[in-house]
Amino acid sequence: MTTTDSSGDVRLTGIGKTYGSFTAVHPLDLTVPQGSFFALLGASGCGKTTTLRMIAGLEEPTSGTVYLGDQEVTHLPPYKRPVNTVFQSYALFPHLDIFENVAFGLRRRGIKSVKKQVEEMLELVQLGEQARKKPHQLSGGQQQRVAVARALINHPKVLLLDEPLGALDLKLRRQMQLELKRIQTEVGITFIHVTHDQEEAMTMADTVAVMNAGRVEQLGAPTDLYENPQTTFVANFLGTSNLIEAEVDTKNGGDIVLKAGGDKLVLPESRCAAPTKTGGKVLVGIRPEKIALTHADDAGSIPEGRNRITGKIADASFIGVSTQYVIDTPVCDEFAVYVQNVERDGRLVPGADVVLHWSPAHTFGLDAAQDIDAGVETVEEEAA
Amino acid sequence: MSTLTEAPPPLAPAEPAKQSPRKRGRFTPYWLLLPGLLWLVIFFALPMIYQASTSVQTGSLEEGYKVTWHLATYWDALVEYWPQFLRSVFYAAAATVMCLLLGYPLAYLIAFRAGRWRNLIMILVIAPFFTSFLIRTLAWKTILADNGPVVHTLNTLHILDLTDWIGWTAGDRVLATPLAVVCGLTYNFLPFMILPLYTSLERIDGRLHEAAGDLYAKPWTTFRKVTFPLSMPGVVSGTLLTFIPAAGDYVNAELLGSTDTRMIGNVIQTQFLRILDYPTAAALSFILMAAILFMVTVYIRRSGTEDLV
Repeated sequence: MTTTDSSGDVRLTGIGKTYGSFTAVHPLDLTVPQGSFFALLGASGCGKTTTLRMIAGLEEPTSGTVYLGDQEVTHLPPYKRPVNTVFQSYALFPHLDIFENVAFGLRRRGIKSVKKQVEEMLELVQLGEQARKKPHQLSGGQQQRVAVARALINHPKVLLLDEPLGALDLKLRRQMQLELKRIQTEVGITFIHVTHDQEEAMTMADTVAVMNAGRVEQLGAPTDLYENPQTTFVANFLGTSNLIEAEVDTKNGGDIVLKAGGDKLVLPESRCAAPTKTGGKVLVGIRPEKIALTHADDAGSIPEGRNRITGKIADASFIGVSTQYVIDTPVCDEFAVYVQNVERDGRLVPGADVVLHWSPAHTFGLDAAQDIDAGVETVEEEAA
Repeated sequence: MSTLTEAPPPLAPAEPAKQSPRKRGRFTPYWLLLPGLLWLVIFFALPMIYQASTSVQTGSLEEGYKVTWHLATYWDALVEYWPQFLRSVFYAAAATVMCLLLGYPLAYLIAFRAGRWRNLIMILVIAPFFTSFLIRTLAWKTILADNGPVVHTLNTLHILDLTDWIGWTAGDRVLATPLAVVCGLTYNFLPFMILPLYTSLERIDGRLHEAAGDLYAKPWTTFRKVTFPLSMPGVVSGTLLTFIPAAGDYVNAELLGSTDTRMIGNVIQTQFLRILDYPTAAALSFILMAAILFMVTVYIRRSGTEDLV
């Protein structure tokens, strides 16, 4: 899907936007390869939509330049850019029927015979039957597909999607995620997708840029972002992370040995995003599903070489495929652990003493100078 | 999940459908309608019936009027006063077009560009209503006075030559010409155009403009293809609110016009108050009403606004 031909890349260089004294987007550099599905992920107000609007030409950047392939478009009005947008809440023209909504862009460019193209496009989004209806006669999911068709029919170099699924209910959203992914694969156009839903970004995009407070925190493939977060914001915003403060004890080959409370933890140096020196602090992170839980009585059966922490179960909630535990440990009183319900140990109930253990390879290290809770609140807020 | 071993007990038979709420409650809407209904009957329906009966009476003031079903009054009125009817429609239409041309840009400005000045401009639009209709119209006598700055400017720019040529003005004056009457009508009914226009423009989602721009529409095309069609409800109600009262108006023609610019309102007023020929005045009123009703129906059908929103 991703081609090596870079003539269709979207390149932002030093692009920034300020409103009076408020900086919406700090000057940032970003390259979106042609044909990729790119997601800008962040909480509301992080500057992701402003960035998108600067690419669309709906917002004039305060600094920097926007290139579409070899063409500089920084100051071009939207109607001169080979870019189309799927707006949040769609912005379909209420006085035109579905056919005319989809044909709008073609007609504006002086194309006379639009019938075949529009019909093909409506077929692509499975709305062939609805051509003569007005937007308000369609369901949310159908309107959303019209918005996509209306933009895609123009064969833009880049399709911009501004929270396109935000107004849909959960089930429809999952369905549309797959649908959009299918369409993108089919037409091969570059998609830049703005969303606050980390699951949406991860399931759909090839590359995700996590934005926070007007800056790109980290950019990479979804698995890369999830497994190797570089900042506490990314660690907390994408899924859940247990972060504990630890002190660098010794370095041993490619591994760093850390002290956290009374326990020793091992962290591969390659997975540490922070400078480490003996005696310095780092934040040690581990995802809840990477942790295994063993009752304290069976502690002897835990293989050697695994990181381990002892604690007491504070809470357990059964959610079907897994059980989510909250463990009170000396280093962190709300350690989250997700255990798959394969073989349930009846002794793992609140109050039980347990040992948490995981492979050092799953541990990651972050700079301790950051806010350990960055990105936590926002996730809960947005998910609500 | 384990399967249910026992089906839940069947639901108890539904309670018999609730009796309609207390009887009194059922009639509440009609009680609430009553004041408005009474108002309509007393101040609209009854006078209409009275007027209808007047229009088919004959007689004189001294001997009294009797209902004689003399429908010829209608025909006679029409034959005698058709020029005034035509003139009324023409002046009202001209004023409506002027109102639309002046009001649309202003309503657009208030709705999309005024920002924090929006409320102030709205107050300015309504402000003339704080003084009497009569005084405002009289003020135009001064504005359009023969040696006033307006006439002087129009003269210098040779605009009066043009309006003379099409018969809207006569000689070097504006006062007592059709132009003056249309100006007065335009001025007096402009707010009735601006307010509905503003309301419907203001309701347009700004993102539709962005979407049109994003789909290759230049600003003017966006206006033609998106903004204007979406403001049609405002255009229709604005033109109706301007045209209907303007067609029946007599104050502007009376104060700013001459005997050559008499509108149907002036004729009705004279018939009623000076000549005291009540049947003719009543018949003229009915003809005017029927004519307006007919034109409005055709207009609404043609503009197809029921399809919008």
